[in-house]
Amino acid sequence: MEAPVELRGVNFAYGEGELRRQVLREVDLRIGPGEIVILTGPSGSGKTTLLTLIGALRAMQEGQARVLGESLLGASEAQRVRLRRRIGFIFQNHNLLGFLTARQNVAMSLELDGRRTEAQRLARAGEMLGAVGLSDHLEKQPAQLSGGQRQRVAIARALAGDPGLILADEPTAALDKQTGQEVVRLLRDLAKGRGVPILLVTHDPRILDLADRIVDMEDGRVVQAAKASA
Amino acid sequence: MNEVPPPVKLLPWAPEHMGEAAEPPQAPRREPGVLAGLLLALRLAWRQLRADRARLATAIAGVMFACLLVFMQLGFRGALFDSATNLFRAMRADLFLMHPLTEASFRAEAIPRARAWQALADAEVDRAVPVYLAQVTLRNPETGSRRAVQLIGLDADAGAVDFPGLADVAAALRRPDTFAFDRLSRPEFGPVAAMFARNGPFPVQLGTREMELVGLVEVGPSFGADGNVVLSEQNFRRVFTRQAAQADLVALKLRPGADVAATQARLAALLPGDVLVLTHAEMVARERLYWETGTPIGFIFLFGSVMGLVVGMVIVYQILFADIAGHLSEYATLKAMGYSNGYLARVVLGAAVILAVVGFIPGFVLSTLLYGYVAGATFLPLEMYTERAVGVFLLIFGMCFAAGLLAMRKLRDANPADMF
Ligand SMILES: Nc1ncnc2c1ncn2[C@@H]1O[C@H](COP(=O)(O)OP(=O)(O)O)[C@@H](O)[C@H]1O
Ligand SMILES: [Mg+2]
Repeated sequence: MEAPVELRGVNFAYGEGELRRQVLREVDLRIGPGEIVILTGPSGSGKTTLLTLIGALRAMQEGQARVLGESLLGASEAQRVRLRRRIGFIFQNHNLLGFLTARQNVAMSLELDGRRTEAQRLARAGEMLGAVGLSDHLEKQPAQLSGGQRQRVAIARALAGDPGLILADEPTAALDKQTGQEVVRLLRDLAKGRGVPILLVTHDPRILDLADRIVDMEDGRVVQAAKASA
Repeated sequence: MNEVPPPVKLLPWAPEHMGEAAEPPQAPRREPGVLAGLLLALRLAWRQLRADRARLATAIAGVMFACLLVFMQLGFRGALFDSATNLFRAMRADLFLMHPLTEASFRAEAIPRARAWQALADAEVDRAVPVYLAQVTLRNPETGSRRAVQLIGLDADAGAVDFPGLADVAAALRRPDTFAFDRLSRPEFGPVAAMFARNGPFPVQLGTREMELVGLVEVGPSFGADGNVVLSEQNFRRVFTRQAAQADLVALKLRPGADVAATQARLAALLPGDVLVLTHAEMVARERLYWETGTPIGFIFLFGSVMGLVVGMVIVYQILFADIAGHLSEYATLKAMGYSNGYLARVVLGAAVILAVVGFIPGFVLSTLLYGYVAGATFLPLEMYTERAVGVFLLIFGMCFAAGLLAMRKLRDANPADMF
């Protein structure tokens, strides 16, 4: 079976001509089904860039990349938009829509899929919020929730549409250590239960042990792929 | 090869425990239908608008203001052009002769009265009545103040010209120093009609002469005149001196069953070039055209309407723009979740359309009320016509849509790649 993420010889540069700056060099990366990979490395080493390429948020420049069975090199904007619907994103900030309730926010990730009715979407959103322990906060707006709760809504939103892959970039950066750890643990457990692979960028040493595998980046290269200290 | 790690023990909230796995095996993903997608975008737009009540109120007030302004401008424009032609519209005859340079009733160019007798040469022309137009002052019988009034001199007996009410007073107008007053004249002339209804005929000063008011007709005030007076040719000359051989119009009555268009063509060929032969409708249209194009009035109202639309558009644009600019990261997140640029554009346009509808309704209601109020105060025939309401709605819709198209460009700044 094909791995959800399969990169080979990926290069990426920002800017043109004199300003051109190589950010990714010959990156190879494979994430197996259900695998949880943590990406670490110094600031500026290209982790976020790699994540945006895998998430089809940016156009590929060079190399082979297949994500959820789609080839990324030369993919059109429309193809990339379609691929994004099958990926769950979790950002540093929750980026919830302030004018929607928690449940409506989660349902937003289902509205692009015509298979469910409105009632089914809301029911599904309610279930997902229950799964992240927020069943008492379904109708609250983000402003009425704590930072950790908001990030949990974001997790529910990322998982609601049955994604084939979760991408998270420093999801704990805006949270205190304790809450951050709880949130990532929750994400890990939910993903494991569904067999969804995760690629997570973090600096937080306390969550490294949640990974199946840790990938280290430096100056645009993958320098070491270490097995997590189990 | 990476080994798939065997699932750890089943967690309490694993799908198998949550009942989620009970969902039927799903068909491949598909996009919602076009209509469903539009409704969802519209709903998102509405929810976003609704969230900030103050901003929504500002936007609605802006649209309402534009709506009101356009309605009032178009209303005044229509009413003024309607009332500008009141005199000609009330004066009914089969055909008219008029000087080609006559543009408006209050400023008619004289034509030789002989044209009336020449027109009689045509077998189908039954009667020809010269009409004399001039303005003098009429003294308010209550306050004594004087105000310009339109004189209409003609032979009422001939029956070639008809004003509403004229037939009843035709006999009385034959007497020397008598006249009929337009009951629709502006109230500045005093309660003339009421006094007549109460006391019957009474003396009123017209120009420098004491005349007797002997009846009422219905014409209506126009641009050039606040009120009208109808009198016989002889009485006209008593009040206003002018060359006897000159008339301002000639009204023609054709024999019953005559072909109006054919007669019109024959007369145009027969008569010299110093007269035009016009039907009633043509004469009214000609005067209206003068007010619409020959004066800055039409432009002023057009300008007022455009200003209203521009102000409304700027307000709506500002609101929509601020909504996008204030939620760039949320819009970018939606793009990351797989919402297309087109979908988000529809959300912005949806908000614009909602504002158009939500602002138009109170604007329409208020304008209708204001029409009634202003019509009462100015005696202008302000009326809410269906075509006008539909037209203004389309204008407001276009205004909001254009604002939405402008604001939409801001969506490009919501870049999901910059979200991480
Ligand atoms: N949009 C961009 N345009 C130009 N340079 C960028 C852009 N985003 C990131 N970079 C540069 O690319 C390098 C890698 O950045 P990034 O992928 O964000 O690294 P990391 O996430 O590991 O900190 C950095 O030197 C950064 O300055
Ligand atoms: Mg980064």
